[in-house]
Amino acid sequence: MSRRTVGHAISAFLLALMLAFSIPAHAQAPTTAPNPQAESVNEDMLFKQNSRIDGRVSIPDERSRFLIQPQGRDWRMFHEVTMPWIAGLAILGMLLALVIFYLVFGRIRGQYSETGDRIVRFRFVERFTHWMVATCFIVLALSGLNYIYGKRLLMPIMGPYAFAEMSQWLKYAHNFFAWPFTVGILIMFVVWVRDNLPSRVDLEWIKKGGGLTGRGHVSAGRFNAGQKIVFWGVTLGSLAMFVSGLALLFPFTVTGVNGMQLTSIIHGIIGAVFIAGILAHIYIGSVGMEGAFEAMGSGTVDREWARQHHDLWADQADRADPAAPAGRVDPARPRI
Amino acid sequence: MARIKFLCDADRCIECNACVTACKNEHDVPWGINRRRVVTINDGKPSERSVSMACMHCTDAPCAAVCPVSCFYTTADAVVLHSKDLCIGCGYCFYACPFGAPQYPKVGNFGSRGKMDKCTYCAGGPEADLTTVEYEKYGSNRLAEGKLPLCAEMCSTKSLLAGDGDIIAAIYKERVTKRGYGSGAWGWRTAYRETITG
Repeated sequence: MSRRTVGHAISAFLLALMLAFSIPAHAQAPTTAPNPQAESVNEDMLFKQNSRIDGRVSIPDERSRFLIQPQGRDWRMFHEVTMPWIAGLAILGMLLALVIFYLVFGRIRGQYSETGDRIVRFRFVERFTHWMVATCFIVLALSGLNYIYGKRLLMPIMGPYAFAEMSQWLKYAHNFFAWPFTVGILIMFVVWVRDNLPSRVDLEWIKKGGGLTGRGHVSAGRFNAGQKIVFWGVTLGSLAMFVSGLALLFPFTVTGVNGMQLTSIIHGIIGAVFIAGILAHIYIGSVGMEGAFEAMGSGTVDREWARQHHDLWADQADRADPAAPAGRVDPARPRI
Repeated sequence: MARIKFLCDADRCIECNACVTACKNEHDVPWGINRRRVVTINDGKPSERSVSMACMHCTDAPCAAVCPVSCFYTTADAVVLHSKDLCIGCGYCFYACPFGAPQYPKVGNFGSRGKMDKCTYCAGGPEADLTTVEYEKYGSNRLAEGKLPLCAEMCSTKSLLAGDGDIIAAIYKERVTKRGYGSGAWGWRTAYRETITG
């Protein structure tokens, strides 16, 4: 062994010794100095605890209390991808179904000869309320759809300024037409709920497909099961739209930003299904069935039409006024 | 062209709120609106950190995507701006924004939020640069004057950095290497789909 090699061996040994002692020695040193890295919060840590990062702000705005809410990205996905698809499929799907129904079954006509003896089906207040709600619904539906499809369909045609101006007015229309709509729904509920309570006749009506597809005669009271479904669908749908719409109209009064996102999702989906359902209602109340429109248009129907479509109600009407002479309509007749 | 970004070095932020005040003053921001705010996380605990937050000028900005009148646009420097002439005040951008940047001058009852206001990266709006009409709607246009956003420029601890994303990321990385710690570039993953590992 040369002196040089011995020297190397000693220095290697010393180095190993130093390393061996240095680690525990460091660990045993007093840890009074804080380690800012170990104690600091970071995004990864916070996102493991919660899906958003909340903090405290000194400005008097509670809504700005959060730092990052990645849920905004999810809401964007819903609003820009899911919602247009849901609304498109529901509305175009319903239109397609109605066109096919019309092509297959055509306009439903009854086998009756008009007697000319007309009886009151809907009083003025009922018709007025119905058409008020209908007008509001069309405005609400179109202004609502503008939020989804306007920039895709109308903006390229109208140009950004005209479209933005129109959207501004449609937004106000949406916010204000909601009120007469809701009042009308309330009136309709009070006036029609008694005649829309489910009964045994409805089961038979549903079993026979409502006679829509021409499978024999079906009995019905003032409203058949199909109309009852529309009534309850409209009542519950409007309730959901009113409650969610109210939360959207007065933002952040009942819920925070994530709650607002959820509310707008609920409002959008129910709105789309509502529009699709009302399209079916419009179809059957106009081109789909003979005599249906005049009931809500003029308020009166032919006594024979009544027997054909609402036999139990027609019987009631006969009992209430057995001596009703042909061709005479008594506007003072009590509601039946 | 640069791809501008904001970066708040939370280990330097002392929650002095000077950025908030400077922003309000520079742009004559209306009462009730804060284009920038300082959020304190784990307040009072040893791990407490404060982060100055405003519009992050996101890549593929969610606000722009959800706007029903498409009033947003992105400049060549990647600043996300909007037109108050087109805005209908629907509030969608606030729901979509991960950082709570959009602000409205009114409380919001009956859809009367007014035109949305947010951080412009001191870059004004669609009006002609450095005009009175631009100033009244969007505040001053420091970028057109060749200056960076005031909040970052006057930050006393140089916690808030503004400028080209690559350059401020490099500055932050260097700081983290030198001092040996860093709580990360807050919001970068959500805004730009990237993080800085020191």
